[in-house]
Amino acid sequence: MRMRPVGRNGLLLDCDDPDQVEAWRAELWRRRAAGELIAVDIVPAARTVLLDGVPDPDRTAALVAGWTPRPADPAAPTAEVEVPVTYDGEDLPLVAGHWGVDVPEVITRLTATRFRVAFCGFAPGFAYLTGLPPEWAVPRLATPRPRVPAGSVALAGEYAGIYPGASPGGWLLVGRTALTLFDVRADPPARLTPGTRVRLVSA
Amino acid sequence: MTLAGRLEVLRAGALTTVQDQGRPGWAQLGVPRSGALDPAALRLANRLVGNPEAAAGLEITLTGCVLRLTRAGTVAVTGAQADVRIGERPGDVGRPLAVPAGTVLRIGPARRGLRNWLAVAGGIAVEPVLDSRSTDTLSGLGPPPLSDGDTLPLGTPSGDPAPVDFTVGRPAAAELRLALRPGPRHDWFTPAALDLLLSTPYTVSPVGNRVGARLTGAPLHRAVPGELPSEGLVLGAVQVPADGQPLVFLADHPTTGGYPVVGVVDDVTPLAQARPGTTVRFHGPER
Repeated sequence: MRMRPVGRNGLLLDCDDPDQVEAWRAELWRRRAAGELIAVDIVPAARTVLLDGVPDPDRTAALVAGWTPRPADPAAPTAEVEVPVTYDGEDLPLVAGHWGVDVPEVITRLTATRFRVAFCGFAPGFAYLTGLPPEWAVPRLATPRPRVPAGSVALAGEYAGIYPGASPGGWLLVGRTALTLFDVRADPPARLTPGTRVRLVSA
Repeated sequence: MTLAGRLEVLRAGALTTVQDQGRPGWAQLGVPRSGALDPAALRLANRLVGNPEAAAGLEITLTGCVLRLTRAGTVAVTGAQADVRIGERPGDVGRPLAVPAGTVLRIGPARRGLRNWLAVAGGIAVEPVLDSRSTDTLSGLGPPPLSDGDTLPLGTPSGDPAPVDFTVGRPAAAELRLALRPGPRHDWFTPAALDLLLSTPYTVSPVGNRVGARLTGAPLHRAVPGELPSEGLVLGAVQVPADGQPLVFLADHPTTGGYPVVGVVDDVTPLAQARPGTTVRFHGPER
């Protein structure tokens, strides 16, 4: 992990891999909750964790350099969300083609995968789910669809994702869910928050 | 008789939105920070009418808007130079203005600069969403932009106007000088690109909005090809998409993005008044 300054009040932790991102995210959220770290936003992403709203980034960088994130404990109780998915997405044959298998095998693989929310972005409550092996990565559509319906379950690159609201999108559609993923009256408003474990079970 | 007043929108203008100080602290869930593009200008308007600084007001863009209060109240307009009229009576930007019930209030259009902020004693009392009443034009959180015929609820006036020493807005400059700190991905660009960014003028493009100010000028060439995995974005980040033309992120910026950020602007609020065609020059923070 190395640190990069971001403007006057930010710090970017550049990590080696997604597991290190998750370990630092958990560590920094814990440190903030314990009052050892001041940051308005702690934002995990694909290979980085951003600290924003940091009063003194130099001092914070020195502080963070002295910390070691606890390695993820597979036995630790973590929230798991089962998302009921109807697997009828129109890009299933495309995914099957990329993976060199038939459509039922695609569905078997997706339902068997233990996903984890790596980070959120793109839209409120849109979670990037990791867990698929890197060799199953799929490209985005060359031309994005102008409107992907809310609840669409889709794949792109190394990630799976679920569109919380209707939007344009270039991810490959594999199914849909009726689960509400973002509700401003709920606490937290996003059902899938960074670190949450996710199963995409058959509805 | 009821004190609960309403603000009636007779003409909404090109883009008028409800704004307060935004919703920072939710970026990890993909929620933009949003809020007034010049938060200090809205805080000043609030102080002028005796509101808490966090109260919600209106952000009015370029063409102005026409409003009516159903109860008598104090309002204040800050930001761009604009004509303000209370009925037939002219009012200055930067002063508390008494508006009788039912009187038509006209704001703008902006004569110099681009945006005004309006505070009404009591504040705009739409339902908060994630602790903020701001309209987020990127994600659609908060109330939709105003339309002709809308009515907005007003809160109860809470205090006397605070003494204010200084209300004259920053004049909209023909040329903006913005302090920029390189990084976090300046190393994705050639040294020549960084020199260009800090030594040549850029022009504010007409396609800017609350998400970001697009600039045109010398294209910034990359030293590292390929895609950057998505990473967290901050206010003022200067992102460089594939065409090499920089974009400065403003209040409604996305929370993560996949194009490299060459540097971060210390203070983006001058861009809130930058009309298309305005020249922008970046300089290092040391100057």
